[in-house]
Amino acid sequence: MVELIQISPCAGLLPITLGSVTLDEQDVGRLTSLSPFGDASDLSAALEKAHGCTWPKPNRSTGKDGGRCIWFGRDEALLIGPAPDMGLAKHGAVVDQSDAWAVVSLAGPGAVDVLARLVPVDLRDAAFKRGHTVRTQVMHMNASITKLGTDHLMIMVFRSMAGTLVYDLKGAMAAVASRG
Amino acid sequence: MRLAGKGLVDRSTPVQFSFDGTTYKGFAGDTVASALLANGVKLMGRSFKYHRPRGVLSAGSEEPNALITTGKGAGQEPNVRATVQEVYDGLVTRSQNAWPSLDFDVMAVNDLGAPFLGAGFYYKTFMWPKRFWEAVYEPVIRKAAGLGALSGKSNEDTYERAYAFCDLLVIGAGPTGLMAALTAARAGADVIIADEDSLLGGRLNAETGAVGHQSGAAWAAAVVAELSSMENVRLMSRTTVTGAYDGGMYGALERVNQHTSHRGGGAPLECFWRISAKHAVLAAGALERPIAFQNNDRPGVMTAGAVRAYLNRWGVTPGKRVAVFGNNDDAHRTARDLAAAGVHVVALIDSRNDVAVPDFDGRVFKGAQVCNAAGRKELESITIRTATGEEALQVDCLAVSGGWNPTVHLTCHMGGRPTWREDIQAFVPTDGSIPNMTVAGACNGVFSTQQCLNDGVEAAKAALKALGKKNADVEVPKAEDAPYQMSPLWAVAGKGRAWLDFQNDVSVKDIKQAAVENFRSVEHMKRYTTQGMATDQGKNSNVAALAMLADATGRGIPETGTTTFRPPYSPVSIAAMGAGAQGHGFAPERWTTSHKRSVEMGAPMIEAGLWYRPSYFPKPGESTWRQSCDREVGYVRNAVGVCDVSTLGKIDIQGPDAAKLLDFVYTNMFSSLKVGRVRYGLMLREDGFVMDDGTTARLGEQHFVMTTTTAAAGNVMRHLEFVTQALHPEWEVSFASVTEQWAQFAVAGPKSRELLNGLLDEPIKGESWPFMACGPVSVVGVEGRLFRISFSGEHAYEIAVPSRYGASLFDILLKRAEEMGGGAYGMEALNVLRIEKGFITHAEIEGRATAFDIGAAKMISAKKDCVGKTMAARPGLVDEDRPQLVGLKPVDAAKQLTAGAHLFERDAEAVRINSKGHVSSVGFSPDLGTMIGLGFFARGPERHGEVIRMVDHLRGVETEVEICHPVFLDPEGERVRG
Repeated sequence: MVELIQISPCAGLLPITLGSVTLDEQDVGRLTSLSPFGDASDLSAALEKAHGCTWPKPNRSTGKDGGRCIWFGRDEALLIGPAPDMGLAKHGAVVDQSDAWAVVSLAGPGAVDVLARLVPVDLRDAAFKRGHTVRTQVMHMNASITKLGTDHLMIMVFRSMAGTLVYDLKGAMAAVASRG
Repeated sequence: MRLAGKGLVDRSTPVQFSFDGTTYKGFAGDTVASALLANGVKLMGRSFKYHRPRGVLSAGSEEPNALITTGKGAGQEPNVRATVQEVYDGLVTRSQNAWPSLDFDVMAVNDLGAPFLGAGFYYKTFMWPKRFWEAVYEPVIRKAAGLGALSGKSNEDTYERAYAFCDLLVIGAGPTGLMAALTAARAGADVIIADEDSLLGGRLNAETGAVGHQSGAAWAAAVVAELSSMENVRLMSRTTVTGAYDGGMYGALERVNQHTSHRGGGAPLECFWRISAKHAVLAAGALERPIAFQNNDRPGVMTAGAVRAYLNRWGVTPGKRVAVFGNNDDAHRTARDLAAAGVHVVALIDSRNDVAVPDFDGRVFKGAQVCNAAGRKELESITIRTATGEEALQVDCLAVSGGWNPTVHLTCHMGGRPTWREDIQAFVPTDGSIPNMTVAGACNGVFSTQQCLNDGVEAAKAALKALGKKNADVEVPKAEDAPYQMSPLWAVAGKGRAWLDFQNDVSVKDIKQAAVENFRSVEHMKRYTTQGMATDQGKNSNVAALAMLADATGRGIPETGTTTFRPPYSPVSIAAMGAGAQGHGFAPERWTTSHKRSVEMGAPMIEAGLWYRPSYFPKPGESTWRQSCDREVGYVRNAVGVCDVSTLGKIDIQGPDAAKLLDFVYTNMFSSLKVGRVRYGLMLREDGFVMDDGTTARLGEQHFVMTTTTAAAGNVMRHLEFVTQALHPEWEVSFASVTEQWAQFAVAGPKSRELLNGLLDEPIKGESWPFMACGPVSVVGVEGRLFRISFSGEHAYEIAVPSRYGASLFDILLKRAEEMGGGAYGMEALNVLRIEKGFITHAEIEGRATAFDIGAAKMISAKKDCVGKTMAARPGLVDEDRPQLVGLKPVDAAKQLTAGAHLFERDAEAVRINSKGHVSSVGFSPDLGTMIGLGFFARGPERHGEVIRMVDHLRGVETEVEICHPVFLDPEGERVRG
């Protein structure tokens, strides 16, 4: 009997702990790109009704674990967790991206210092609070970074770049760990 | 010589290091310079041009003379300033620019030839014969003159780059900077204070004056302790702010482990910081300037402030018999401190007549000047010129002060020019040179400690106001507040060479010579004499040199102006700036889901954009890539081949106006495409040239999936953004890249359907999936997509599943293909297959080709508008004389074709103006038993069957080729529909 086997983007690469920081792959469920055909208000209402989270403002996220919606670019949000209610498709494009992104979490005291080696954005709590999200770069890669809590960040890059993501983060983690 | 009870070094922590093979002892807190001086070593280097013996001049990063090489092997680092490098156990250092040794340097013969080697000598001397410059003169000069060298090996040390953010960046941690940081930090601002030194405190650590009820050093330590305890403050010692850039960005280099033996394990040697600051306070202090006189470069001649620093901070006296020479009151402190420490001060020489000199045990000369120094490798005596004549004094150290230059450098990094202040005979920063930067303390021409402390508070208050924060109460302690009094003295008149730029061996004479030869502009003088062009960028000599130039040209100093200060303030290693970008860090590596398996199969991977794709899959017994490629072509032509095509860009397009968008960006019509069908499309740039091509599938009335060339995916995405944001924002359409979502494989060859039917939950038949059909399928229970498209001209499909299943599907497809006499094929075979069919890639549509050129003029629909349509109709773009797409085959089947070769008429000379086209792609066709190619030739389509010349001047290949139709195989397309 032939069977297709699933492999996650960071299979065999994670977890890694260096110093006080741990990098691990996150299984966040479904990833769905949402993009309104015009104004986002109808899509926002449908989203709230179906999944309990509203359309996020730029650089913000709504909802919580298991049903989160993060701002993902101009006129784009990413629904993370549930399978999307297909009623949303009336108001905008609903595109499955569950396999398109490598999703990792970087957690532990110093996690922000690690990202300061790779990300040109102030991710400290004062400027980047829980629930804040940003489309930026991790070293040379386009990425999405969301603050899940103090010293706890979710980082997403293209699935094909998972190896480079781990390589870059590992180097930064080692550098931060070496400073003690 | 080390003095008991003096200094801030940690005497409980002795350290051993080596210099030129000799082991020396120092203490934690020593620099190489202070430790060598403590050991009585004065000769530390040889000068750049004349190889004159040199000792340490300064005690900071401005040091021009004491340049050393640290480390060994791949990690060796040249041109490290001995005044900056801290000692640690096991540190290995050596001198530079001397052979066979520092003590006996053969090249010192240059010094004897000095009369011929002055400024501009090589412009005059090495002009003829012309070709000798590169071949003979330059290599010889470079060998004779120079600084340290790199190892030539790949550096294995780790470097780091990082970003930091703050409300207020305080640059410099002397009295001004510390006070500014303290004031802002207590007010709650987010503060970074950076200083290039290992010990924060600036001049407070080098002077004896009190601050409040404690010593300056103790006060600085207490402030540093308070700042370190505050969460809103980041102290960055050993961090030089090297540049000021737009938008409040500052570059800074941190020497993370340069002071330790800690290497490897991810520990960075240096970190290059980019600091984004809402506001900055520049408290960079001032640099003391020497006075030029004959032989003023003898080891033992130092700046007066440096002598105090060695004495008070490191507990070292650079000499046993010291004289002090200055034009300002500040120099008097050196005599005072040395005397207080029990060092024999032979004389205090002040160039001014009417000056009060403090009570002092040595001889005092007023209105006198030092006019010469003697002793070659070590200062032995100086000659003093007074109103009554000259007198020699036996000394082994001379402390010199010509006044202080505010460290204005950073304020000039955005094009600002400093302002001359007559009262202090120095340049100070011009207000507003750097947006949101306040300049304070000595770098603003404020020279007493008390005023620096006050200025620090004021600067912080200004910053807090700009930041919208309230002031905090800060009490300013009492400190020394003596006025800075000086009278200008740049150079002492006399014979011989009086040195200005020590690092580049530029003397007063050279400056005068430049003026004589009409290099009167300061920028011309700089380049003619090389003054200020060494690694220290003339920190010790710029102002004196332009004062000399001003004098020689009869202008004032402000009219003469300064040269341009550019970043970095002090040298930054390229390794730090480019940290992390070596090897795997050079660029992201995009791996397909079949990558691992392909590598296991021995496939050499080639880069396509950032993607890695298999070139071919070698089998045992195959010794050349061609053998593998021919076999793989055979799979597709005769059985079935499998190829990962996931890297092609896939863009999901949805919305009521999706078809409109496609009609507008493609030359041909897509609104008429039926659901469940695929169509080939051609896309033009706005200028009418071909941008990309690919297939687009209609999955629903308002739902399309566009494919793009692998390396053009980003460009096409950007183009769609441009069209929907700028040209038609009213359209209700959205699109998203789904390249990464789907693992997609081409299954091509006569047995492709048979292979797929073993995997599809509902097998397909010819009539249900005709050529160019598409739709959802279930692949072993997984929802996938199937497209009947072909890039090989064979009966072929592309099957897509979510990427998580990609690796598994590839394995299964491969196994089945092998059972059917086929297997995997790579890029080489793919290339041959498509050339045989005349299919174009970006080798053909490389940005210069038009639709007309590739024989697709009719694809530009007359029924609608599209991007590039009007421009593509320009006469020049549809000229029959343009090189147009043709097939090429060698007249002699055994002959070679090469991509990039030019095409000429058979009887024409193979020179540029006769070129009538070029070869764009070539490959060996196993079916035809010869090389075949695609190319462009003027009026090519009219000339099928004619023989022309192919000449590859680069590779030295010439072949007679026949022009033919670009489709070599199955021109009727029967196989693809089979």
